[in-house]
Amino acid sequence: MKYLFALLTGLVFGTGIAISGMMDPAKVLNFFDIAGTWDLSLMFVMGGALVVTFIGYRLVWRRTQPLFEQRFQVPTSPLIDSRLIGGSALFGIGWGIAGFCPGAAIPALGTGRWEVALFLISVTGGFFIRRWVSPTPKQATT
Amino acid sequence: METAFTPLMSFGGGMLIGLGAVMLMLGLGRIFGATGILSGAVFAENRDEMTWRLALILGMILAPGLIFAVTGAMPALTVHASPAMIVIGGVIVGLGASLGSGCTSGHGVCGLSRLSVRSLVAVPTFMATAAITVFLIRHVFGG
Repeated sequence: MKYLFALLTGLVFGTGIAISGMMDPAKVLNFFDIAGTWDLSLMFVMGGALVVTFIGYRLVWRRTQPLFEQRFQVPTSPLIDSRLIGGSALFGIGWGIAGFCPGAAIPALGTGRWEVALFLISVTGGFFIRRWVSPTPKQATT
Repeated sequence: METAFTPLMSFGGGMLIGLGAVMLMLGLGRIFGATGILSGAVFAENRDEMTWRLALILGMILAPGLIFAVTGAMPALTVHASPAMIVIGGVIVGLGASLGSGCTSGHGVCGLSRLSVRSLVAVPTFMATAAITVFLIRHVFGG
């Protein structure tokens, strides 16, 4: 039941990615191209997602525990360090080069395009590099 | 290349993205961060950790098929980046998002909704570097 719920959750998220335009690198890169062919649509994607998540999270957290787990696992670290800033800066550079981010590329894999598979394999390669250059104790990643 | 401004579809799609994030919190008590989900599936500590993530990923991958079944067309996907740029961008995305503990979904949607201080720093950072990168590629190097 838990795994079926996870599958349905992924389907809802992925459908949102597809409908919103996040799946299309041309649209994503145009959002960042303020000096050129600017397309503000992605601001609306973020707006729609934030409205629902902001309210929805607070309703869910009224419960004492999730449906299929013992407790909520939410990152609590307030640490602002060079890993956070440097990692985020790098992520933005990669996003700007390829036009895909992981949350858009995973559903995009369902279109069967080889470019998406190539991107996700490369992302996974980046995970391995990160573990190699900067091994850390297990921590909650968002 | 110009793309059409789609405020309604984008807002509606965004709401579904948010619904997915809320469902994962309701069901499994987890943040919907695509980077964490993907790396957690690759480096899973046990069978359960891997299975729920793979189920979630499978659901995401089925989405374009659902769109195709309903509308008769796959979602638009136009790639201008060369294979080399896709690989370079992908590796940097994987390295950066795991170092920074999150990407657009984890920090952008879930983190900002939680008013996480780390996400409030991360999101403007990656938005800025993405915009600078696109500016350099398109307007300085003329890609």
